[in-house]
Amino acid sequence: MKFDTYSSPHFPVAGGVAIMMQKVMLALIPGTACAVWLFGWGVLINILFAALTALAAEALVLKLRRRRIVASLLDGSALLTAVLLALALPPLTPWWIPVIGTLFAIVVAKQLYGGLGYNPFNPAMAGYVVLLISFPLELTQWTAPGNYPGLLDTLALAFTDAARTGIDLDALSTATPMDTIKTRLGLNETLGEIHSTVLFGYVGGRAWEWVNLGFLIGGLWLLQARVIQWQIPAGMLGGLFAMAVVFYLFNPDSYTSPAFHLFSGAAMLGAFFIATDPVSASTTPRGRLIYGAGIGILTYLIRTWGGYPDGVAFAVLLMNMAAPTIDHYTRPRVFGQP
Amino acid sequence: MASVTNTDSGDRGTASRFEHLDRFHGGLVLPGLHEMSTSLPISEAGIPPLLIIPLLQHIGETAECLVKAGEHVHKGQIIAAPKGRVSVPVHASSSGTVVAVEERPFPHPSGLSFPSVIIETDGRDEWDERRYTLPDYRQLSRVRLLDHIRAAGIVGLGGAGFPTQVKLSRDSDDRIELLVINGVECEPYISCDNMLLRERTREVIEGVRILQHILQPRDCVIAVEADMREAEAALRAAADSSINVISVPERYPSGGERQLIKLLTGREVPSQGFPSDMGIICQNVGTSAAVYRAIVRSHPLVSRIVTVTGGGVKQPRNLEVLIGTPFSYAVEASGGYKDDVDRLLMGGPMMGFAVSTDEVPVIKATNCILAVTREEMPPPEPPLPCIRCGKCTEVCPAELLPQQLYWYARSENLDAAQDYSLFDCIECGCCAYVCPSHIPLVQYYRHAKTEVWNNEKQRQASDIARERHRAHQERLERIKRERAERLARKKRAISGKDGARKDAKQAAIQAALDRVKKKKELEGITRRNVDNLTAEQAEKIREVDSRRQHKPPPGEH
Repeated sequence: MKFDTYSSPHFPVAGGVAIMMQKVMLALIPGTACAVWLFGWGVLINILFAALTALAAEALVLKLRRRRIVASLLDGSALLTAVLLALALPPLTPWWIPVIGTLFAIVVAKQLYGGLGYNPFNPAMAGYVVLLISFPLELTQWTAPGNYPGLLDTLALAFTDAARTGIDLDALSTATPMDTIKTRLGLNETLGEIHSTVLFGYVGGRAWEWVNLGFLIGGLWLLQARVIQWQIPAGMLGGLFAMAVVFYLFNPDSYTSPAFHLFSGAAMLGAFFIATDPVSASTTPRGRLIYGAGIGILTYLIRTWGGYPDGVAFAVLLMNMAAPTIDHYTRPRVFGQP
Repeated sequence: MASVTNTDSGDRGTASRFEHLDRFHGGLVLPGLHEMSTSLPISEAGIPPLLIIPLLQHIGETAECLVKAGEHVHKGQIIAAPKGRVSVPVHASSSGTVVAVEERPFPHPSGLSFPSVIIETDGRDEWDERRYTLPDYRQLSRVRLLDHIRAAGIVGLGGAGFPTQVKLSRDSDDRIELLVINGVECEPYISCDNMLLRERTREVIEGVRILQHILQPRDCVIAVEADMREAEAALRAAADSSINVISVPERYPSGGERQLIKLLTGREVPSQGFPSDMGIICQNVGTSAAVYRAIVRSHPLVSRIVTVTGGGVKQPRNLEVLIGTPFSYAVEASGGYKDDVDRLLMGGPMMGFAVSTDEVPVIKATNCILAVTREEMPPPEPPLPCIRCGKCTEVCPAELLPQQLYWYARSENLDAAQDYSLFDCIECGCCAYVCPSHIPLVQYYRHAKTEVWNNEKQRQASDIARERHRAHQERLERIKRERAERLARKKRAISGKDGARKDAKQAAIQAALDRVKKKKELEGITRRNVDNLTAEQAEKIREVDSRRQHKPPPGEH
């Protein structure tokens, strides 16, 4: 009797890239739900625009590259990039903001480098940074927590000029807590004075702390489900925390508390969902710890002294560049070798 | 001197020495599936009409065939003699007639054919009368026992097939610290060691005693997997105090030699080294039983226990199978295939390999024939690019970076792959099992290893060629030089003779010239007063002249 032959191991392989991506998206639900609840429908509309753009752009480039389209779209990586990028955007942005950002992320940062597995930079963050540099105004206008227009008005705002919709965009939007701190510290106010404003909650920025908590819960589930490993989140949060502790102890009037840093901005989203993108991250166990810590430290440096209110995106891209070098110097000791 | 004394292990008692197990990095908890084939006792598969006995069933050099077509052979008769140090003889597994010595499909991942002796069995299963019988092994020297182990054709039955005698020989006089008898059947489905331990406990233990006698190890451990409870109990009942029975947790690949030694001793076998470098010898339980049969019962290795199992077999079980029995016959003895059988493997689902035909024979290294259905093991999914998730690193028991190795193996950057310790890969398949991109990683590593070996061979060949060329050039040079020298010598010799001849010639010429000169001088003597000579006077002068002429010239006396 004749048989077909295959290479070992023969056991059916459990899981797959698509399942991993699905789990990551599931884990995004608590944080995303908090964001929608606090910042409005714009969050979902951004996700929708980004997702549609990502799928279309990915399909187009795959067709041009003559690769399998359906199989690649089904791996979920393009969709995840889109969702992560959309979550970083202000809720009330014009439709072309998520579209341009996603196009850059998918076409340039991902596919031009060879597609899934070959991109040296985190595509979502590359797309976000392009937007941040090109459209700083649109990227810093955030809605005040709880004060957002209805679904239809949000849609209208995405497609038309605010003036024509009759919605007073200025009344809705506000600077983020991190932005406020940066501006006010520049005006020689102390943190005590700044914290008394309505923008601040229990430990972090108001509303932001809840969104961060949501992403923390999702992230812990990812750890438990062994989709991600502990080194990068621990490294990043540890690095951020350590920096914040040092400077907070040094001068609590000028430097925000460690808790504020961990529960504001994109700290948790970055630690569990963005920095953990395996393709562009370091791949050795020790290297991942260093890579994560590097992101945490750079995030703190940019937040505190840089030109932008939050620094996760830049920190991730900078550490992406360092990842191959880190990998080179952190190879684990092989069994039986000295 | 049968058992080992522990007088010099004063630090810790033997019993407590191995109670605390160490850990090894990575590995997998896999579904066992052993119990599928343990419901029936071991039975004999029977004598197949044709035995296909390959001449190479071990690691090392091919044995040299001693029989021709048409020859009658007895069971246990040596049909091929070992060649070189790392080699063992091959025996006829049953009596019958050799019908051919030719290449036949061989159970190997590449599906190659190999020279084999084909025996048409006569069903009488008659043993060779010239069989040796040995006195009590305790009376025999180490060397003689080792010779017998080699003569019995015993190789490691755990799957590697390394000649046992070579493994037991020692170059140095350093004491063997630890003898490990490996019964840790960590690959799913396989149960031949388990059943052997359950049913033939005494054979294994007696074999261990012989090995102890040969090696005189300080300690001896028989290791089994935690789920082999019956086997463990049987061993504990049969083993004396010099043998520690240790149960290790179910974690693939704890039955790997290096992993097991790490578990038991906490020490790592050096990369590219051997357990014997650390004073440890590892033997499979089946090998131990084979040693017992060879030394005590004078049976060479002509059969082994094979697990025939999988969802594609009607009655999964363990069979005692004659070496050379075709897979198809062994499967028939297990009730035959189910209709939906899809894949046939030799070995387990992690490290075993698929064979393309069931006409391949059972060889000494065949521990399992695994016939599975498509539902059990669906064909591999098309691989996606590596996303560097690092799951492979987490499970790699060799503590490698499989994702980096893959990168270099794929790009055929063999130097970098070796720098990332390609050859420390034990091909256990854990990385490929967890890979979310379904990349056949082991296949890449195997390919890279083969490439390195080929390059090495080529390099050696080209080194040899270069060396030959250099020697050839040198020889040419030498010949040329020698010829030139010879020529010069000859010339010199010739010119030496020539010189003598020349001198003689010149002397002759000189002499002639002198003569002429003299003559001329003589002739040149002006005769005076010869104008008016009388006839008488003229006559006198002529006389004198002629006398003078006939006189020999001066110097020619």
